[in-house]
Amino acid sequence: MTALTMFEKIWNRHVVADEDGEVLLYVDRALIHEGSSHAFDKLTEQGRRVARPHQVFAFTDHYVPTTGRDKGVEGIAVPEIRNMVKKLHAETAKHFVTLFGIDDPRQGILHIVPPEQGITQPGLLICGADSHTSTHGAFGALAFGIGASEMMHVMATQMIWQRKPKTLRVTVDGALARGVAAKDVILAIIGRIGIGGGAGHVIEYAGSTFAAMTMEARMTVCNMSIEAGARAGMMTPDQTTFAYMEGRPYAPHGEAWQRALALWKTLPSDAGAAFDKEAKLDAAQIAPMVTWGTNPEQTLPITGAIPDPRSADSEERRAEHAMALDYMGLAPGTGMEEIAIDRVFIGSCTNGRIEDLRAAAEVARLGRAKVPAWVVPGSRTVQAQAEREGLDRVFLAAGFEWRDPGCSLCTAINGDQLEPGERCASTSNRNFRGRQGTNGRTHLVSPAMAAAAAISGHLVDVRNLLS
Amino acid sequence: MQPFTTLTGIAAPIDEPNVDTNQLCPTRFNKTPRGPAYARVLFHDLRFDAEGKEKDFVLNREPYRRAQIVVADRNWGCGSSRESAVYALYEFGIRCVIASSFGDIHANNCFKNGLLPVVLSDEAVASIRAQIHADPGAAMTVDLHAQTVTDPAGGVHRFTVDPVRRKCLLEGLDDIARTHQYAERLAMFEDVYREERPWLFDNPR
Repeated sequence: MTALTMFEKIWNRHVVADEDGEVLLYVDRALIHEGSSHAFDKLTEQGRRVARPHQVFAFTDHYVPTTGRDKGVEGIAVPEIRNMVKKLHAETAKHFVTLFGIDDPRQGILHIVPPEQGITQPGLLICGADSHTSTHGAFGALAFGIGASEMMHVMATQMIWQRKPKTLRVTVDGALARGVAAKDVILAIIGRIGIGGGAGHVIEYAGSTFAAMTMEARMTVCNMSIEAGARAGMMTPDQTTFAYMEGRPYAPHGEAWQRALALWKTLPSDAGAAFDKEAKLDAAQIAPMVTWGTNPEQTLPITGAIPDPRSADSEERRAEHAMALDYMGLAPGTGMEEIAIDRVFIGSCTNGRIEDLRAAAEVARLGRAKVPAWVVPGSRTVQAQAEREGLDRVFLAAGFEWRDPGCSLCTAINGDQLEPGERCASTSNRNFRGRQGTNGRTHLVSPAMAAAAAISGHLVDVRNLLS
Repeated sequence: MQPFTTLTGIAAPIDEPNVDTNQLCPTRFNKTPRGPAYARVLFHDLRFDAEGKEKDFVLNREPYRRAQIVVADRNWGCGSSRESAVYALYEFGIRCVIASSFGDIHANNCFKNGLLPVVLSDEAVASIRAQIHADPGAAMTVDLHAQTVTDPAGGVHRFTVDPVRRKCLLEGLDDIARTHQYAERLAMFEDVYREERPWLFDNPR
């Protein structure tokens, strides 16, 4: 028996056909959102139907507003945006696809709701119309983002053609210091391997640091696998996974639960399974991280200072760094904690879960927001739980805004966006030029770091506030 | 899908590494239905200022306005899965992007839309870009049949491409037709699979 990785076990179980290494895989779950209109247009163009409507799940998240939601879809002021939400409602009705619509009490982001509902399970192959579908790998699933043509193909056939990616094992061992979060771990990993470091690979995260993490922290890590260029990110399903899943609406129950557990326990990588690449980090060395540039590898500990492009190791890197600093309006040598900010955003599929909001609230209690600061829960479920715990009142008392669930400022297509030149400490996942609004400037941070920046008016080491 | 066989045309050099799909198609244009309007979307915020006036950007310069090939650096098309990034390239007139590496999802999206992503070495893309900078508008040829790129100086670079994808592009084949040949196999697969994991197909509680 060859020792297999978890990725290989899941891949092998889903092969329907193989043509010279181009493999036809069975898809358990397809996840779509309002932006999947191109995929529906292609279906209509070709006169096709959704083949397995019960295995396709639709979410209103990218385009929904985060205020004035009591009026539902008619409350969306901008006609173009309203039409995107309406179109998803119409297309899913036409094709009998399950919809978590704008008025659904379970509404939320497509990487937050499926785990909450038990739709995400170990051993599944999940395709999503969004690159952050890698999030679902936290459960020991193979989950990756695809474009509109591939999504149309999945919807029409419940299968997808893929070439087998390579595997990269990223091992992190040890305990994280207080004030250091899952977001800091994944930013440190991306800083180490680069935004192309995982290209063509599926990452398996291994080591005691991840084993000790909650499911929500694991999701934060797997979510940003795409920022390392990886096709997907995965973690071993264990007791933490099973405890999280038990009793959720779509999770197996009764005798099926026992059968599922037995199957899930066969998934972890075999001892001695070979990976194509390896990377290792020491958890004790990880500090709260902040990005300084225009891609997620341009990242530093909060204790650092803006690097001088002249010290880069190649002409092209020098040019790339100089361009990034020019866009970000930053000078070499500036200490990270000297950088004043105009806005704060706490939310997104990376950091919009209850534990993220608890971490931010813990810091928000310590002061008052000096700049506009938004808190956008990732789902109605998260929002309701936060309100039960009184977190909304903590944020409101500290001068933060408490909004309704959606992707909001992370994708900046629902009307929530930065003004040109505005600098935002953000818990989102991408600091690309224009990502949060044309000429907006984004510093990626953890929820606690974002809240710390809000009450300080500048980037700041949250560890000093918590001590 | 339009077949891709051999292409001879003007190549535009884009020197910046890690060009993400937000640059190719800023998010606010994602909702645009596919069509000629996407030609203006490509690199929109680098090509146009707030008033819509042209900025100094390589694709706003002659002869690159007529480019059909882009010669880029590494990690082209990283980031978001938006296929609109490919629509923008395609409507502008680009049929082939040459880079030393690609974002995985973007490369797949290119193949599915009749646009060929070609991987050459870091040295090769740097040397071809230098040739283009020295002689803007010089023609290049990409031959998918022979799997070669011929640079302006006449240098020939071989590239590898997955055989199935190559065939699909050469013949303009649609994936779905290919997939439907496996309908019977899918039925057999699903029979066993549903038996093994019935809970996946139950209604939720």
